[in-house]
Amino acid sequence: MAENKDAVTHFDAIVVGSGISGGWAAKELCEKGLKTLVLERGRNVEHIRDYPTASTPVWDFKYRGALPKSVLDANPYISRAAGYDASTAHFFVKDADHPYIQEKPFEWIRGYQVGGKSLIWGRACARWSAMDFTAPHRYGYGIEWPVGYDDIAPWYSHVEKFIGVCGNKDGIDTMPDGEFQPAFELNCVEQHLKEVVAEKFNRHYVSGRWAQVTQPQEIHKEQHRQCLSRNLCMRGCPLGGYFSSNASTLPWAEKTGNLTIRPFSVVHSVIYDEQSGKAAGVKVIDAQTKEEIIYHAKIIFLNASALNTNLILLNSVSERFPNGLGNDNGLLGKYICFHNYRASVSGEFDGFEDKYYKVSKPSECIIPNFRNVYQQDTDFVGGYVIFSAGYREKLNDENVPAVLGAAFKEAISKPGKWGAYMYMQGETIPKASNHVRLSKDKKDEWGIPLLITSVDYDDNDDRMVKDFIEQGTAMMAAAGAKNIVVNDNRQPPGLDIHEMGGVRMGKDPATSLLNEWNQLHHCKNVFVTDGACMTSTGNQSPSILYMSLTARAANYAVEQLKKGAL
Amino acid sequence: MDRRELIKTIAVLTGAAFVGGDLFLSGCREQNKALFSQEDIAFFDEVAETIIPRTDTPGAKDAEVGKFMVLYASDCYDIAQQQTLQQGITQINNTAKKKFRRAFVQLTTAQKLSLLTDIQEEARRQKARKDAPVHYFTLMKQLTLLGFFTSEAGATQVLRHLPVPGTYHGCVDYNGETAWG
Repeated sequence: MAENKDAVTHFDAIVVGSGISGGWAAKELCEKGLKTLVLERGRNVEHIRDYPTASTPVWDFKYRGALPKSVLDANPYISRAAGYDASTAHFFVKDADHPYIQEKPFEWIRGYQVGGKSLIWGRACARWSAMDFTAPHRYGYGIEWPVGYDDIAPWYSHVEKFIGVCGNKDGIDTMPDGEFQPAFELNCVEQHLKEVVAEKFNRHYVSGRWAQVTQPQEIHKEQHRQCLSRNLCMRGCPLGGYFSSNASTLPWAEKTGNLTIRPFSVVHSVIYDEQSGKAAGVKVIDAQTKEEIIYHAKIIFLNASALNTNLILLNSVSERFPNGLGNDNGLLGKYICFHNYRASVSGEFDGFEDKYYKVSKPSECIIPNFRNVYQQDTDFVGGYVIFSAGYREKLNDENVPAVLGAAFKEAISKPGKWGAYMYMQGETIPKASNHVRLSKDKKDEWGIPLLITSVDYDDNDDRMVKDFIEQGTAMMAAAGAKNIVVNDNRQPPGLDIHEMGGVRMGKDPATSLLNEWNQLHHCKNVFVTDGACMTSTGNQSPSILYMSLTARAANYAVEQLKKGAL
Repeated sequence: MDRRELIKTIAVLTGAAFVGGDLFLSGCREQNKALFSQEDIAFFDEVAETIIPRTDTPGAKDAEVGKFMVLYASDCYDIAQQQTLQQGITQINNTAKKKFRRAFVQLTTAQKLSLLTDIQEEARRQKARKDAPVHYFTLMKQLTLLGFFTSEAGATQVLRHLPVPGTYHGCVDYNGETAWG
């Protein structure tokens, strides 16, 4: 995508951010004929061309994949992100470039480039169930979502068909089926776990729904996308095998002729026009030249990533909104929540030595939530899903003769023990005390106040961890796992990369910032459809919900614009 | 071959946590000073070839493992670990001279094998002692395994390599083939 450098400053729509949800906003708005400006604070990343490690074999990395000490020392936080290594580090920020203040430990994982974190995401794409939308309100640990499953279902379908999601139609009420391409097969140990979990626990263990194009449909052929199980996704895929903005939504938007992308554009604030009672545009600081530019548009989509969208709104002050745009109730930046990934269980399996698999798959299996679905049946609120996989170790370390030489070489070159792991992805409770706010005195190099994160676990999370460990251990043991290892890593929030909330949707302007169409209650031409909009976290990976909410809101925005209502 | 998976298994095979493998305690520093000589590279090549010899498939020398061992030890080991490794070179040569009156690289294949087998046993006994420092042979073996199985020869000609697999098959019969690289 070439940077458009001409001096056009008026557009129909502005989208802040080019990641998973921003790319979707751009695609939908451009397709509907709106001249759309996408502002990205990072550098440009062109599909294929800018994937320098996409096909680099391990022996071509200087330390065979280990990172230089200088990189680790300089990046104590970001280097702990899932998937961060010598083959992917260029898609993550450097700690020193983008400071923030951790009032409580919070490791904020960011990918500042065109495509954002869509290049390095986990790709799990399960739908929320109807119960997930109603749980917080039903059980009294949150406010009511202004939308339910039936409102989102057609948009889930819309998104799934376009991005390509693999999975089986499993007919599970806690994890609705979608528009799927063929799922990745279970391996022998996963198949065994599936049977045991069904028979002894009456639970489901199924192939994960993942954003991989396993059987390209017409629309994917047009995008030149197909997954061939290289399983090197986070380096960027030259085959467009998994969904990223770069491989999919942005080129699609560009084909319409309505897209302008401007990288190196740090959004300072949304400009509010007192006379019209609407946003007039955004103020941008050029990341490199520090030049200040004002862009105007009729509608603005904020998709800067959950916490950055909070930051922009908090920094958008005016006479009408002294505490941040749309923030009449003082709740902007509050009710930040995330996913609890703390605990895992793993074990080894005998009896499958005569079985193996062919190469590897880019997906995992999932046990959908089985807690507090139709009634409150535990000592904690919320639910969790379990991700799981079986594997055979790459080298054999069992019964290796205590010799060196040919016999040793032969023994270790075989596949080793079978094992399996399970880890949790748990719902956390939105609480006013978990918040982000702006520093009163510290600014970044673009003159924007630093964000302060004040987010932590609570005892509900501890009880959920305990339950997962008990249930995970019981399921592994029932399947005959030996040497079961349990771990609660107590990793700080942030490392889950699922931070949400702060600009939550709701029915009541007194308790929420956004309405059922993701519009700010008090500034209707500003839409928030990234993680910031979330009323609760649910227990499923959130990205596909962001995409669906974005597509739905973008189509609504265009309708309203055509009616003259915005 | 994924390095992280590999170092987990190497730790089991050598009975010791992988040295210089913990992403968060260490990392690799670009060193400008040469801590090891060409002679040392040739020495490590012979040690590695004794551990993983050429058979009907390539061995450690084919994969230039000596060169990798020196790079990794120079840049990713701390000073104490580097010293342990350097003392190991001296120790092995001293033992070779005592036993066979020649430097290690000049020994026959059978002599190298017998000598390193004895030293491996010594390393195993040392590991059994509480709080014992890591034995130099453990370091050599770890570097050999990492260097070999992440090399082109090791990952593609000893292990099986399919860069663009196409279809994944979840459950297939296993008949003694080598692992997927």
